[in-house]
Amino acid sequence: MPINTCVARFAGLALLLFSAAAQAVPPIQQWTLANGARVYFVETHELPIVQLRVLFDAGAAREPAGKAGLARLTARMLREGAGPYDANQIAVALEDLGAELGNDASGELVEISLRSLAERKLRAPAVEVLRQMLLVPTFPEDGFQRERTRSLVALQKALQSPGEVAARAFYQGVYGAHPYARHSNGTEAGLKAIARGDLVEFYRRHYVGANAVLALVGDLSNDEARALAQRLLGDLPAGSAPPPLPPVPDRTRAERKTVKHPSSQTHILIGQPGMTRTDPDYFPLLVGNHILGGGGLVSRLSDEVREKRGLSYSVHSYFAPLRERGPFLMGLQTENRRRDEAEAVMRRTLSELIAQGPTASEVEAAKKNLAGGFPLRIDSNRKLADYAATIGFYNLSLGYLDEFIPRVEAVTAEQVRDALRRRLRADTMFTVVVGGDK
Amino acid sequence: MRIPRWLAGALCALLGACAHVHETTLDNGLKVVVKPDRRSPVVVSQLWYKVGSSDEPAGLTGISHVLEHMMFKGSERLAPGEFSRIIAEHGGRENAFTSKDYTAYYQQLEKSRLPVSFELEAERMRKLRLPDEEFQKEVKVVMEERRLRTDDRPEGLLYEQFMATAYQVHPYRNPIIGWMDDLKTLRVEELKDWYRRWYAPNNATLVVVGDVEPRAVFALANKYFGAIPRAAVAPTPAPVEPPQQAMRRTRVAAPAEVPSMLLGFHVPQFRTGREWEPYALEVLAGVLDGGSSARFARELVRERQIANSADADYGSVARHPSMFLVSATPARGRGVEELERALLAQIERLRTEPVSDAELARVKAQVVAGNVFNLDSLYYQAMQIGMLETSGVGWRLLDEYVEGIRKVSARQVQEVAQRYLVETNLTVAVLDPQPMSRRAPRSAPGANSHAH
Repeated sequence: MPINTCVARFAGLALLLFSAAAQAVPPIQQWTLANGARVYFVETHELPIVQLRVLFDAGAAREPAGKAGLARLTARMLREGAGPYDANQIAVALEDLGAELGNDASGELVEISLRSLAERKLRAPAVEVLRQMLLVPTFPEDGFQRERTRSLVALQKALQSPGEVAARAFYQGVYGAHPYARHSNGTEAGLKAIARGDLVEFYRRHYVGANAVLALVGDLSNDEARALAQRLLGDLPAGSAPPPLPPVPDRTRAERKTVKHPSSQTHILIGQPGMTRTDPDYFPLLVGNHILGGGGLVSRLSDEVREKRGLSYSVHSYFAPLRERGPFLMGLQTENRRRDEAEAVMRRTLSELIAQGPTASEVEAAKKNLAGGFPLRIDSNRKLADYAATIGFYNLSLGYLDEFIPRVEAVTAEQVRDALRRRLRADTMFTVVVGGDK
Repeated sequence: MRIPRWLAGALCALLGACAHVHETTLDNGLKVVVKPDRRSPVVVSQLWYKVGSSDEPAGLTGISHVLEHMMFKGSERLAPGEFSRIIAEHGGRENAFTSKDYTAYYQQLEKSRLPVSFELEAERMRKLRLPDEEFQKEVKVVMEERRLRTDDRPEGLLYEQFMATAYQVHPYRNPIIGWMDDLKTLRVEELKDWYRRWYAPNNATLVVVGDVEPRAVFALANKYFGAIPRAAVAPTPAPVEPPQQAMRRTRVAAPAEVPSMLLGFHVPQFRTGREWEPYALEVLAGVLDGGSSARFARELVRERQIANSADADYGSVARHPSMFLVSATPARGRGVEELERALLAQIERLRTEPVSDAELARVKAQVVAGNVFNLDSLYYQAMQIGMLETSGVGWRLLDEYVEGIRKVSARQVQEVAQRYLVETNLTVAVLDPQPMSRRAPRSAPGANSHAH
């Protein structure tokens, strides 16, 4: 059944016009504390909740040589002791209030998050505990030894999973000597080489005002938000932001890594350095990837690999933009005996899209999904906090959310074709294949 | 407890959260539940069918989940994949999931697009085509899903074997995704029968949460679903699991790096047994595992350093009696035997001494706050309503829940521990790691819900 005929038969549907562009986007208020910490605040009063995220440029990319795993361990140790509190007291103090705490590091950043009821009597003491964690963590030796051991177990457990083995090999293969090659889980040698003093030093260097972003969303007045931000972060030393990371070099040749794993499926990842968060090609590549493998069940990869051939449950592609070029990758898993076919289909799908570009109707459909789905991206405090944090950390325009729909709608099929052709090099990609015997 | 009592009690009024659920039932039996949430111009629509893996007879395990996949593969007026394409062009996100007691389909859309969702769902409620050539491909996709979630995940294998041991008779013993051999022998005719048998308005609940007017949603539902005829839906009563008489034990040998274990006890769920028991079991789970201050994290992970991780999980909302589960990984250098002893000692302590007032107050504070945090997600609010409806509990539990938790006493926590968390009611499953370098013989899969 031809698709267009069918769409037309659902006559009522085609008449609906998009009203999304008219949606009022909640404004982001921004200010900077004396120590350089940048605050991004979205005032929402519908729910009595305060959601905050503190970000530092202190992810695995900032680890000193030989200390892989230090960034995540430092972040996780914040809850082990702070000021007058030990780990139990921190946990009890926050959980008595019903507050939720998060503290973890990724490749590029560390994020400490708190969700609390907005009622001052509940919110203020939770902020005080978090303040102690950020200002005066004690990094107790016994907690350090235990958390390091738990990190080693996490590392070991990741080896069980063919998907995690593939992801790790992928980053190492694509980034080589660049800091983005590092996984926040670290390495066994790195974790074993870390001493308590390394945590203290890493914390002192990176957890400073000039390196901090605070995203704050919720049921607070502007005055309350200003007071909260000042109380939470105002006493951090100013310090300085670390120097920019080196740009990611282009790949010059194709490479392939095969890892044997006792699994019934083979996991395949193919990719290369992709784009930055402020990339001039950001929107054309967003639309282009949506067509290739970003649109959930509706994409070329999904059609070719899953719908037409039943080769994989999950097949996808994405750009993960970072300050420097984060990865572009496409991936799938299939039973071992069909892996050559699956890989060939995935490669062919990419090459055809790069060579011929998308059709006009594909570009229109992708833009309709991205623009029409925009309200879903900001429909909760949690999502707003994510955007505020992203806008802050990557120094995006405060009007980023207002500009999103027009910038998607301005993308042309020609721009997509051109961006994909310039930015994706099928002949120099890195491929990792992890799986068992056929 | 530092959360003022008035605050918790007044949350319904404060937020307008509780009183705002509206429901109706169409003439054909379709139940429609609407919860307005006007924070953003969006809507989530979920259609829940009361059929899941617990309805499946031996030999047909996984059929509900395969049918869920096939619901995207064409109907009278829609080509395979077209449903998804139309939703995508309207800016929507969509998917589906199958569990033990239900199969559900959802779309998230800008609010003016709700008719699109209804028109498409109404179409596939009775007019699915189920072409064999699509089935042949899609069942392969499901086998890949099984390999991904279960066969290649030691924890997945462990959970599957655990359930097959803890339940001897009741179909909760079967994996939602189905045993691989059943997937291999499944035929499209069987799917057609399954579809005709369960997919009818009188076996479904439509849940809508978002920036909508309930009466307008009811009218819209009537417009699109109203003409679909009622069908005879006759669930076969599931066989009752006989009381367990002695501890059961199973081991799973699979290539793995880290040992782990699962302990579980048969327990009642909401609307069976005594009314307060599920609340007491929820509080009990919170005492063990409600955050970093709870007993597992404090005593087993931090102080005694015998567990690398330990979690408690209680499925209070289910159609049939469910499990109280403890899953744990030993700390490096510690064995599963001593970990098991430590976990059972924690359970023993719940039976012999009442939990402290401070612990009780903390768990309740977390429930009160969590109940507000849940309101931040439209999708989650709809999920709660759908699960409560399809399990036979009813969405009104949302209004009673905080009060029910608040009423739990230390004595009641001790009482449910003494009644249910006893050795004769216990099943233990241990993952026995085999070298990663050689392939061990495989048994079969598990997770709680499988997305499309």
